[in-house]
Amino acid sequence: MNAHPGCGCGGSPAGGGCGGGRVEALPAASAFAALPVLPSTPCGGGAHAPATDPHEATLAQGERVLQELMAAGAATPAATDPTTVNPDDLTDDGGVSRRAFLTCVVAGCAAAATTGCGDFLHTAVGKKSFREYDKDEIAGLVKELEASARQKVGKDVKIGTTGALPGVEFGYALDVSRCIGCRRCVYACVEENNLSRDPQVHWIRVLEMDKDHGVDFAHANAYYDAEQVPRPGHFYLPVACQHCRDAPCVKSCPTGATWTEPDGIVVVDYDWCIGCRCCMAACPYGARHFNWAEPSVPTEAFNPDTHFLGNRPRSRGVVEKCTFCIQRVRNGRYPACVEVCPVGSRKFGNLLDPASEVRWILEHKRVFVLKAELATHPRFYYFYGS
Amino acid sequence: MKTLRDFARFLRDSVRAALTGGRTYWLWVGALGVLLGVGLYAYVHQLQVGLGATGMRDQVSWGFYIGNFTFLVGVADAAVLVVIPAYIYKWKPAREVVVFGLLLAIAAVTMAATFVLVDIGHPERLWHLFPVIGSLNLPGSLLAWDVVALNSYLILNVVIVLYGLFSLWRGKIPGRGVFLTMILVSIPVAIAVHTVTAFLYNGLASRPFWNSSILAPRFIASAFCSGPAVLVVLLQILRRVAKFDVANQVLWKLAELMAYAMGFNLFLLAAEVFKEFYSGTEHAQHLYYMFTGLDGHNAIVPYIWTSVICSVAAFFILLIPRLRRHPVLLNVGCALTFVGVYIEKGIGLVIPGLTPDTLGEIYEYVPTLTELGVTGGIFGLGALIFTFGVKASLPLLEKFREPPIPKT
Repeated sequence: MNAHPGCGCGGSPAGGGCGGGRVEALPAASAFAALPVLPSTPCGGGAHAPATDPHEATLAQGERVLQELMAAGAATPAATDPTTVNPDDLTDDGGVSRRAFLTCVVAGCAAAATTGCGDFLHTAVGKKSFREYDKDEIAGLVKELEASARQKVGKDVKIGTTGALPGVEFGYALDVSRCIGCRRCVYACVEENNLSRDPQVHWIRVLEMDKDHGVDFAHANAYYDAEQVPRPGHFYLPVACQHCRDAPCVKSCPTGATWTEPDGIVVVDYDWCIGCRCCMAACPYGARHFNWAEPSVPTEAFNPDTHFLGNRPRSRGVVEKCTFCIQRVRNGRYPACVEVCPVGSRKFGNLLDPASEVRWILEHKRVFVLKAELATHPRFYYFYGS
Repeated sequence: MKTLRDFARFLRDSVRAALTGGRTYWLWVGALGVLLGVGLYAYVHQLQVGLGATGMRDQVSWGFYIGNFTFLVGVADAAVLVVIPAYIYKWKPAREVVVFGLLLAIAAVTMAATFVLVDIGHPERLWHLFPVIGSLNLPGSLLAWDVVALNSYLILNVVIVLYGLFSLWRGKIPGRGVFLTMILVSIPVAIAVHTVTAFLYNGLASRPFWNSSILAPRFIASAFCSGPAVLVVLLQILRRVAKFDVANQVLWKLAELMAYAMGFNLFLLAAEVFKEFYSGTEHAQHLYYMFTGLDGHNAIVPYIWTSVICSVAAFFILLIPRLRRHPVLLNVGCALTFVGVYIEKGIGLVIPGLTPDTLGEIYEYVPTLTELGVTGGIFGLGALIFTFGVKASLPLLEKFREPPIPKT
C-alpha cells in the first residue's frame, strides 16, 4: 500500500495494509438533492496501485488473466476497431426500414419547412436508439457528441464505443467479511464515472448492518457517520447495479432504452431514455439513479476517457447506473471500485473463463446473491471470504 | 363528400355552441383558464429546474403525478357504469346521460396522459413511446401496454361521442349497428385500461406493497366508486345550470352501484390489511408507514385515515336507500367517496409502495408547490375539456329529448 498522507488507510499501525486496522469513513450522499458540495476524497480515487496490498497476488493474477483474455479477443478483427459495436446490437431489420422511413420523413419535412423546423425534426425525429444505428452512423454520432461534450465539459472528451468481446461475460464478487465500509469505492466511482457532484449522485451505496441481524435491508443504514470504520457490532454491504441476468429494469423500460449487452453489462442509452423511471420502480436494489437536476462535474475533475454507454456526459432527466466501468473493463482494466478498495474485498473477472478469479471464488467460496427469491439472477455475487 | 362537408359544419356548430354562453359560463371558463395558467407557469418552472422541482427523489421516484394519473384512469371507468345499464339492460334514463359519461372518460383519460407527460424527465422524447416512429417495448413493458390501452380507449371514446352527436346533428338517433358495437367494445376496453394500469405496479416484484394479486381488483372496485361519484354531482349541476333534465332514478342507481363497489373495495382493503399485519413480515412495513408511520415518519398517516373514514361513511350513506335518495346526503356521499378514493389512489398507492425503498431507506416524500400547481393546471385542463364537450353537445341532446320521465 502506498502511503497516502492524511488518509486513514495508508500505513496502518497494524501493518500489512488496511485490512488490519480501522479506517476513516467518507460521507454518504444525503437523500436530498440540495446537498453540501462533495468533500475531496482523501485517498484520491482513480489509479490506486495495489502494489503492496495484501491481496496483490490474486489481484495481479486476475488482471493478467483478464488482459490475456482481452488480447485474445482483440485478435478478432471486430475487436480491433475501437468504434466497433457488437453486430447483434446494431443490425435489426426493423431498425433499417425505420431508418429509411425516418430519413424520408426528415428529408421531406426539411425540404418543405424552414431550416429551423428542419433542424428541429432532425434532432427530434431523426434520432434513434443506439442499437438501431449502424457503424458509420455511430462514428458520425460520436463526433457530434464529442463536440457537444467539449462545449459542455470545457475540455476534450473521448467517447468510446468499444463493443462486447466474444467469450466474455463479466461477473463481480464482493467479500462481505473483508469490507470495512470506508466508502472509498463510492468516491472512486464518482470520479471515474463523472457522477454529478452537485447534486450528489452515488452509484454505490454502502449499507451498514447490525451483526446480529445479518443481511437485513429493513434495518440497514446507508448514512452512517463515523470517524472510523468498521464500527463495532456492524458489518458493511455495498450495493450497486447487480447486472441481473433477468433484469426487471430492462423488462419494464417502455422504450427499450436500457438493455443487457452480450458481455452481461446492463446499460442505458442516455439519448433514448425518456425519464419515466419505470426501471427505478422495478429495480429491487435501488441501483438506478435519476438526474433530478442538471448534473455538474467540475472541468478539471471530469474524466475524459468515456464510453457511449457509460460515463459520458449525461443530461438531466435521464436514468443512470453502474456499468461495471464499461469504459475500463472492455479495454482490459478493472472497474475503479475494484482498484481502489483498500482491503481487496472487490473481485472482478470473466465468468466464462474457468481460470478467472471470480470463477475461483464461485468454486471455492460459498456465495450468495441479494434477494435471490426475486429470481433476478445477478452477475454480482457476495461471499464470506473468511 | 356531402358527409364530410356536413361533418365540418357539425364541428363548426359544436365549436360555436361551446363558445356561446352567459356570464356565469364565461366566469367558470375563465376560472379554469386561470387554473390552467398557474399550472403552465409551474410546469415551465419544472422544465427549467428539472424534476428536482418536485419532492420526488431516487428513493421515492414516483409521486403525486403518478398517483393522480392512477386515480384518473379510474375516473375514466365511470362511463362503463352508465353504458352497462343503458345498453346492456336497455335502460332509457341512463341512455340519455351516456354522452356525459363518455365525455367524462375523455377528459379523465386526457388528464391521466398529461400527468404522465409532466412526470417524465424528457417530455420532448415522448415520441419514443409512439408506435412505428418510436420503439415501444412490447410485450415486456407494462407502461408500453398502458400507452396502447389508454390511447385506444381515448380514441374509441372520441369516435363514439363524435359519431353519436353527428348522428343527432343530422337528425337521427344513433341506434344499432356501428354505434352500439363501439359502445359495447368500449366496456371491455375500459376495464382493460384500468387493469393494465394496475399491472404497471402489480408486476414489480421489487415492491411487495404492489406485488399483490388483489391490486387489480382493488383498482376496478375503487374506480367504480370514484367515476360515478364525479358523474352524479356533475349531472345535478347540469340539471340546475343547464336545465337539462336528468332523471333521479339514474342518480340513485349510480349511487347504489357505487355503494356496492365501495363495499367490495373496503372488503379487499381489509383482506390486504389482514394479510400484511397478521403475517407481520417485512413486507408489512409499507402498510405500517401508511397507517401508523414508521420510525417517526408519519406525513401521510392523517391522509390515509381521512380516506378510510370517508370511504366507510360514504359506503353507509350510499347503501341505505333513504339516505342516498336524500338530495343533500347523496352529494355528501359522493364527495366522501371522491375524497376517500382520491387519497387512496393519489397518496395511498404510490407513496407507501415506494416507502421504505428497496434498501430499507425511508425518504419522506411530500409534494412541492410546483407539483400542486401543475396538478391544479391539469385538473383545470380536464374540466375545460369536459365543459366544452358538454356545452357543445347540450343543444343536440335537448333537441332529441324524449318526454321527461315522471319524477318519483
